[in-house]
Amino acid sequence: MQELIKAKAIELLENGTVDRVLGWKTGEFFYDLTPAVFTSREEIEKDFVYSVFSGANLSKYLVKESRKDGKVAAFLKPCDTYSFNQLLKEHRIWRDHVHVVGIACDGMCDMEKIRAYGAKGVLSVERDGDTLKLETLYGPMTMNKADAEAERCICCKSRKLVAYDEKIGEDGDVIENSGRFDMVAKLEAMTPDERYAFWQGELSKCIRCNACRNVCPACTCEKCVFDNPKSGIAQKAAVNSFEESMYHIIRAFHVASRCTDCGECSRVCPQNIPLHLLNRKFIKDINELYGEYQSGADLETRPPLMNFTQEDCEPSVVYERGGKQA
Amino acid sequence: MKQLALSKLNELFAAMAAQQQLYIPADKGGQAQFLPYVDGMELTKSLNTARSAKDLFFPQTEDIVGFQVKGTEITIEETRDPGAPFVVFGVRACDARSFEILDRVFLSDPVDTFYETRRTNGTVVTLACTRPEETCFCGAFGIDPANPGGDAAAWMAGETLYLKANTKKGEKLLSSLPLLADCDDNAVETVQAEIHAITEKLPLNKLDLTGFDGDHLMEHFNNPAWSKLSESCLGCGTCTFVCPTCQCYDVRDFDTGHGVRRFRCWDSCMYSDFTMMAHGTNRPTQKERFRQRFMHKLVYFPSNNDGIYGCVGCGRCLAKCPISMNIVKVAKTLGEGTK
Ligand code: SF4
Ligand code: SF4
Ligand code: SF4
Ligand code: SF4
Ligand code: SF4
Repeated sequence: MQELIKAKAIELLENGTVDRVLGWKTGEFFYDLTPAVFTSREEIEKDFVYSVFSGANLSKYLVKESRKDGKVAAFLKPCDTYSFNQLLKEHRIWRDHVHVVGIACDGMCDMEKIRAYGAKGVLSVERDGDTLKLETLYGPMTMNKADAEAERCICCKSRKLVAYDEKIGEDGDVIENSGRFDMVAKLEAMTPDERYAFWQGELSKCIRCNACRNVCPACTCEKCVFDNPKSGIAQKAAVNSFEESMYHIIRAFHVASRCTDCGECSRVCPQNIPLHLLNRKFIKDINELYGEYQSGADLETRPPLMNFTQEDCEPSVVYERGGKQA
Repeated sequence: MKQLALSKLNELFAAMAAQQQLYIPADKGGQAQFLPYVDGMELTKSLNTARSAKDLFFPQTEDIVGFQVKGTEITIEETRDPGAPFVVFGVRACDARSFEILDRVFLSDPVDTFYETRRTNGTVVTLACTRPEETCFCGAFGIDPANPGGDAAAWMAGETLYLKANTKKGEKLLSSLPLLADCDDNAVETVQAEIHAITEKLPLNKLDLTGFDGDHLMEHFNNPAWSKLSESCLGCGTCTFVCPTCQCYDVRDFDTGHGVRRFRCWDSCMYSDFTMMAHGTNRPTQKERFRQRFMHKLVYFPSNNDGIYGCVGCGRCLAKCPISMNIVKVAKTLGEGTK
């Protein structure tokens, strides 16, 4: 796969289709790949990597890259193509400046999971079908790839490429029972106090680094309200635990019905806060209240929360669904 | 040197906690962090905490002063936390060195009395790293994980915990714990040799830092590589918030409705409003912000502080940066420029 992708990148550069390529660049180790722009055959041959650690979603970089002169090629995994579509819909990407190469994916690995599995000082990983062979400072070990997979990949919503100019590899399908709402359902089944305790426990870990926001393809405001000192609510740290939750609740509302569930927020969170659960709660509610909706699946439909139809649920639905009143 | 059977570790913790507040690295919410010790709490198996030990001396937020407004009268309230003696156990060598760096900033004139109070109150017990990770490169800064420093140092070898005091504070703590038995000073030599055998093999431990000094300041500053290095940086500041040596903070006011609580909170040079001034910002794009972080650690800090780098090689920014850009990649790329 990597060889096909690199060959394609070089071909697109050399036949003049594009003059830049957005991909993943090699690091100090095998897993620390950095999104990067490549402009020559030499750079691609030397530094371009596509592996189970190419998890970073490149679509948001196209907001900036597509505004530059010339054309950029971007390699997008299935979930990344949903983000790409959503950004197009919001007029954030200049489509004619981008050549999308869709690439098939069978799940990305997460270094944190490999570490949590008990591997310390990992020096290299070799994939052999469904197993990973690790070389570590403390000797070799093997593990199932499935145990190393990122949470978002274990319950992947779709392996289908929804936007591309050309593709590499076998395209997959939308996955119906991905299990991605299982944990949300568990949270819904909790008592309000239990749920509150769960979220306080998670959100109190937040260090307000804003990585979740900065990586999010649905967060592309030129100036975020939380960064604007004149907004009166700009904060670098929460004054109290209430404010801490406010940041997350406001953000979740702001991306509701636009979030494609790409999982980048949870991937980048240095504190391992399961932010995807907030987003999935919104998605689940939207599915139940407005009919099944997957943002980024197409270019035509309007996100339910940015639309109005007579069938829309009434605000009073919160009383029907909200459980016991205090 | 003192010793104790590892099976009695919890008794040791209980004895320390009986005297003063004790913090140990334990697992919570899926990761290791320094937590106030409660009975039965287990030491984490992770090498290091997600956030550094800096948090206990320079917390992310703290109140500085309060103002109460009543009609036209304003009263000033002391909101300072007077603090109490505490022990932090299990600090790694890299984090222990970070205090020396923070001391140079906060304890030089004008002294930061909030930090000073915590430094006076805190006793740091370090723990040697028997299983360093591939991201560790403390050795590049002359830090030895087999000799972790602090007020007292601890080693785990086989079934035994060894402890050795390095300062008066450390001595006071150890001599107040009757369950510790005396032992020979060379008891940890074997485990130290084992650690050194591992550090020899660490891929980044020999990071070459020649040319990172005041003499090459402009060369580094003007290096064209900064554009490439910073191109995909999200400006999130994760690297600065997990870093044990980052020291910048902002002072903000919180409107309580009937007054003001003035607090300080960490700030990051990766942010667009960092050191914002009336004329706007002096670091207009992410490239300049990104450059500041690494120039500070690798060039400005050593040239103002007798060659001491503002990084201890803990590897947190390597493990946590969402785009896997980090100080090692920067140092290697810039290093090429001065060769
Ligand atoms: S979520 Fe699905 S498409 Fe996205 S990386 Fe994981 S497996 Fe691939
Ligand atoms: S990435 Fe995690 S720690 Fe950072 S602001 Fe988001 S939730 Fe908080
Ligand atoms: S270097 Fe990495 S961690 Fe630091 S601000 Fe940039 S993206 Fe965030
Ligand atoms: S710059 Fe990175 S490796 Fe160095 S001390 Fe800070 S977090 Fe650790
Ligand atoms: S200027 Fe940046 S790198 Fe230096 S201490 Fe402040 S936040 Fe850290």
